[in-house]
Amino acid sequence: MGWFLRSKENIEEDKPKEMPDGLWTKCPSCGEIIFKKQLEENYFTCPKCGHHYRIGVLEYINIILDDATFEEFNSNITSGDPLNFFDSKPYLERIEQSRNSTGFNEALITGLGKVEGIEVAAGFMCFAFIGGSMGSAVGEKFYRLAKLSLNKKLPLVVVCASGGARMQEAALSLMQMAKTSAILTELAEASIPYITILTDPTTGGVTASFGMLGDITIAEPGALIGFAGPRVIEQTIKKKLPPNFQRAEFLLEKGFVDIVVPRKELKQTLSILLKWFQN
Amino acid sequence: MEKTQPKYLLEFEKPIYELEQKIEEMKSIGEVINIDEEIERLQNKIFELKQQIYSQLTRWQRVQIARHPERPYTLDYINNIFTDFVELHGDRLVRDDPAIVGGIAKFNGHSVLVVGHQKGRDTKSNLFRNFGMPNPEGYRKAHRLFLLAEKFSKPVITFLDTPGAYPGMEAEERGQAEAIARNLFLMAKLRVPIIVVIIGEGASGGAIGIGVGDRILMLENAWYSVISPESCSSILWRSWDFKEQAAEALKLTAKDLLELKIIDRVVPEPLGGAHKDPKQMFTIMKEVLSEELENLLKIKIDDLVRMRKEKFYNQGVWKEL
Repeated sequence: MGWFLRSKENIEEDKPKEMPDGLWTKCPSCGEIIFKKQLEENYFTCPKCGHHYRIGVLEYINIILDDATFEEFNSNITSGDPLNFFDSKPYLERIEQSRNSTGFNEALITGLGKVEGIEVAAGFMCFAFIGGSMGSAVGEKFYRLAKLSLNKKLPLVVVCASGGARMQEAALSLMQMAKTSAILTELAEASIPYITILTDPTTGGVTASFGMLGDITIAEPGALIGFAGPRVIEQTIKKKLPPNFQRAEFLLEKGFVDIVVPRKELKQTLSILLKWFQN
Repeated sequence: MEKTQPKYLLEFEKPIYELEQKIEEMKSIGEVINIDEEIERLQNKIFELKQQIYSQLTRWQRVQIARHPERPYTLDYINNIFTDFVELHGDRLVRDDPAIVGGIAKFNGHSVLVVGHQKGRDTKSNLFRNFGMPNPEGYRKAHRLFLLAEKFSKPVITFLDTPGAYPGMEAEERGQAEAIARNLFLMAKLRVPIIVVIIGEGASGGAIGIGVGDRILMLENAWYSVISPESCSSILWRSWDFKEQAAEALKLTAKDLLELKIIDRVVPEPLGGAHKDPKQMFTIMKEVLSEELENLLKIKIDDLVRMRKEKFYNQGVWKEL
């Protein structure tokens, strides 16, 4: 499963490199020096080359949903430690740290909001929370969000960012793949639209369950999307992977996403899609 | 009477094997007095030793049994407890994936559909079967067969035994994740009874990709988890050497998973594991499967599907702050 097979250093390095505290930032893709304010105004994408910076839950809420329309539900749900899992530090400590650093209680934030006036049930994955990994709490929050969308007959929109199933909950995490997929059968039977937005990175058990089950699958430019992580594949085939491998554009070419949408146009595209379903 | 050492002997099987060898030796020296008495003494000792060893296997030792190269695989169960099996090939899109086999068969007088991961026994067959690691075509073959079963109202039985879905370039290009997700979705709502049996290795998404059902059974020495102990070890301890600890931490045995309510039933194996007495294993499997199937067939399909979904909705342990 993706995220933990990348080196830990990489994950921790990621944020400071891409979102420095200073006034200026250097685009990791083209090297362009960008004024931070300008970057923000440009939806955290490079004005020169279009590189999409990794952003967090709050940024996505601002970009996709109408101002002040998001109402969070089930924020009190968090992971237990059913297996008393302990590696270099106890699992509970890891959760505590993620809670402190992200301000969220889990790797999926769920609620209701509006996209250009259209009410939706929306979920946002937080990659900074143990690699956006799916354990029991994420599974339960997804389930409750889908139920909410079912009961209120609202379209379901989920922004994915995950390294996959959460290792510290072992087989219980694996079961969340079945749980989230099962509740989506009920949305399908009730003809409730489900739209996924796959962002950088979406891999492992999340891609192999609710990530790939959208009626419409949107991907952000350059996002890494796959089942196995690139390192695992390289170790298996003992070859370097081509640079575009498992990127959004590659998946589009191979037929596994419907559209690649630049962040700037994300809300507008979403609104067109939602209106089509409404009619 | 000279017996060559078996090809595959697990570390903890050695003391038993040595005693068994001793008996063989004694039998070959016919003239020794009181030989029957001595043999009986040794046989008792073997029995005690086996009881002792197999009652306190560590999780890692069970993983080793689950991977034993002489362990019965999917086709062994099919050939020994089903009749009139006709293997059906291909996903109708790209090719046939030999890492997943499937087909129609008779079981206990019922027409059923059976699907399972398939490993090879030697290098050649393992290369052919890709060591039981499916590509998307395997999952899509299963998908098409599940729909066939649903169309004609035939129960489905699946056997899980895989080190994982294949992490290769082509697998990614052809949508490994999508193929697994589609199966989870279909199996959750399929309008026929589904029995899942984890017979060996149940590694992650590659296993659950044919593993959603009404009854989840698991062999005593099988393992089922989100990651293999080796990969878990390499992530947590940055080395493959801590697989024993990883196996303990992952709580991946049948007993663990029954306690966590992830599986419904543990299927006992002959003493020493399924490979020690495949015939007895087939007898046990046949008994268990027929009991499970008859029970499921009594339930109205609407109720069955609702109960199946509920079962997975209830999976997980979380806290509310």
